[in-house]
Amino acid sequence: MSKAIYLDYQATTPCDPRVVAKMLPFFTEAFGNAHSVTHPFGWEAEEAGELAREQVAELIGAEAKEITFTSGATESNNLAIKGLAHAYGTRKNQIITLATEHKCVLESCRRLESEGYRVTVLPVKADGLVDLEILAASISEQTLLVSVMAVNNEIGVIQPLAEIGGLCRSRGAFFHSDAAQALGKIDLDVDRMNIDLMSLSSHKIYGPKGIGALYVRRRPRVRLMAEMDGGGQERGLRSGTLATPLIVGFGEACRIAGEEMAEERVRLRRLRDRLFQGVNGRLPGVTLNGSTDARIPGNLNLSFAWVEGDQLLRAIRDIAVSTGSACSAATLEPSYVLRALGLNSELAHASLRIGLGRFTTEEEIDIAIERIVEAVSEQRKVSPLWAMHLEGSPLVDP
Amino acid sequence: MSPIYLDYNATAPLREAAFAAMTQILRQTGNASSVHRAGRGARRVLEEAREVVADHLGVSPRGVIFTSGGTEANNMALRGFPGRRVLASAVEHPSVLKGPVDRVIPVDRDGIVDLKALEDGLDGGLVSVMLANNETGVIQPIAEVIDIAHRHGALVHVDAVQALGKMQIPQGADLISLSAHKIGGPQGVGALVLTDPDLDLAAHSTGGGQERWHRAGTENIAGIAGFAAALRDLGDIEAEAARLAALRDRIEAAVPEAVRFGHRVERLPNTSCLAIPGQKAQTLLMALDLESVAVSAGSACSSGKLAPSGVLLAMGETDLAGSAIRISLGWGTSETEIDQFIERFSRVTEKL
Repeated sequence: MSKAIYLDYQATTPCDPRVVAKMLPFFTEAFGNAHSVTHPFGWEAEEAGELAREQVAELIGAEAKEITFTSGATESNNLAIKGLAHAYGTRKNQIITLATEHKCVLESCRRLESEGYRVTVLPVKADGLVDLEILAASISEQTLLVSVMAVNNEIGVIQPLAEIGGLCRSRGAFFHSDAAQALGKIDLDVDRMNIDLMSLSSHKIYGPKGIGALYVRRRPRVRLMAEMDGGGQERGLRSGTLATPLIVGFGEACRIAGEEMAEERVRLRRLRDRLFQGVNGRLPGVTLNGSTDARIPGNLNLSFAWVEGDQLLRAIRDIAVSTGSACSAATLEPSYVLRALGLNSELAHASLRIGLGRFTTEEEIDIAIERIVEAVSEQRKVSPLWAMHLEGSPLVDP
Repeated sequence: MSPIYLDYNATAPLREAAFAAMTQILRQTGNASSVHRAGRGARRVLEEAREVVADHLGVSPRGVIFTSGGTEANNMALRGFPGRRVLASAVEHPSVLKGPVDRVIPVDRDGIVDLKALEDGLDGGLVSVMLANNETGVIQPIAEVIDIAHRHGALVHVDAVQALGKMQIPQGADLISLSAHKIGGPQGVGALVLTDPDLDLAAHSTGGGQERWHRAGTENIAGIAGFAAALRDLGDIEAEAARLAALRDRIEAAVPEAVRFGHRVERLPNTSCLAIPGQKAQTLLMALDLESVAVSAGSACSSGKLAPSGVLLAMGETDLAGSAIRISLGWGTSETEIDQFIERFSRVTEKL
């Protein structure tokens, strides 16, 4: 069986062999517990972890001390949102977020709502971007936190972080950004963008799974209540033995991304445009979901009119793509992100998220074009919607 | 001088079997929640590992929730039943004791939980008692604890992080915390095991609904595979326990002037907690470090300062708590190493 072509880089990425190579010694000879202060095994692990902390910090313009390692972006988002709310109490009790945020942000907000906080979930524009006027109008004296993701995991759109940050700073609200999909793909600068808290993930940038980080601003200081108690690691913010090999891998992944990001962006944009033109040029009724310009080069999210969505994914042979985020892949609900852009349920169902990345080749893109065009055409042949379209029925216009 | 690592209770070197399982996965792609082939491959690895953990404890795989480690598992257990009072023994790990504990149950001079105090006024709630202590290795009478708790309608959480792989894990607890890196699996992985998979545990971290909604976040597949491989690699637990106990006992016999802690009761075969009267732990550790010996004073997690062990203080050892060191052996410890350790340790104690 030939190996499938992997085009789901927003779900996860393969670990870069250079990252694996950096990690391996920390599994074997340098295996110490970074918190063992009484012997060199511990010191060695600690030192490696601190270098990684600097590498992560550098990629977002932060200081090493502002990086707290976690088990991943989900934990970071939980810690940022709930930890901030629990540290500051309900004196200012409003939390503002977007309808298109990752589930773990929305769920954390829901949890706070049940504890008495007021959660405002703002709509997005048809291109998936935040409406800055609506945001500005929603921020009040009562606003504790604004949480807006840097890059959307399904449609790849880049939110105007500097504008949001400026708005929050001037109005006295904290700004948290889930940057799991943005790290290493767009330029992030916590100072320039006035970001107070930022969630990061390793496995989305060719590092290992099971590790992530939360950036926590020190000046002016942002306080958080720890969500896990224990040995008091990470300056009390996050207890638990640091997973040194994973941290080392995350650091190396950040270093590589920092070095190669600019060139990689150009290469991916070319491949992505080739894919879009290839599919769009051969099929009618294709729409690109989300802003074309404010978008990372490694993402396409396409809807296909006149197709019944449930079968589409299965019909695409040997290409690993998805219909939405991986977390909810097993459910048959259409993507809530696409629904928030105003897509009807049928079109949201008949959509594909295509994620390109570091190991994607032009040859793979050309095969993907063939397979997607084949699958959509096949599905249309058996779809009554397509038949109606051919008969000129306006009822099925997308 | 070749380094001697005798701090297995802090972390154990990775077993080769675990390393092999992990490196294989690290070179593959796949998010276990994705439905395509790469995702399904990751899902299969995840579910096989879940079965290995479940088999080891004799529970259903559905009850195994993978976490980022023992600390997260303990936090989930203690915060998982918001309506219940939480009772914990005085020698629990900080990830339990610094949590939402309503009542601390004292221990006796040997570090054994006071069963009378536990039963006194017990009415429902959640009782958290570790199976074996991380500093002294003392094994709690967990069957009695479970019996008392269940008779009074309380749930039982057992922190088995240090016990795993060193003894059989007894049946009967409602929740069990495990950690991979203490048995030669990778750091960054653990599990909370529910004997009844349908136990109503409130989620701590929320998001994508992984781990049957108990624990959100993309699964650390490589780590989880490494955990399972380490468990499979444990071999004959009784035989290994006997081997380590014999080595540990030789160490203790070689320093007759030392005061030992927890040795009058059942304790883990690999752990020795002892003090040389009149010698501060820090002095001893520095001297041992010069001899390339890695041991510790108490647990590794604390802030970096060497504070007297809370476990020994709870046992009433106020005078010697600042002198205690922990020597812990494991799968990679050889007889030759112990011979060398005894030689170096004697050299150090003679000089001091």
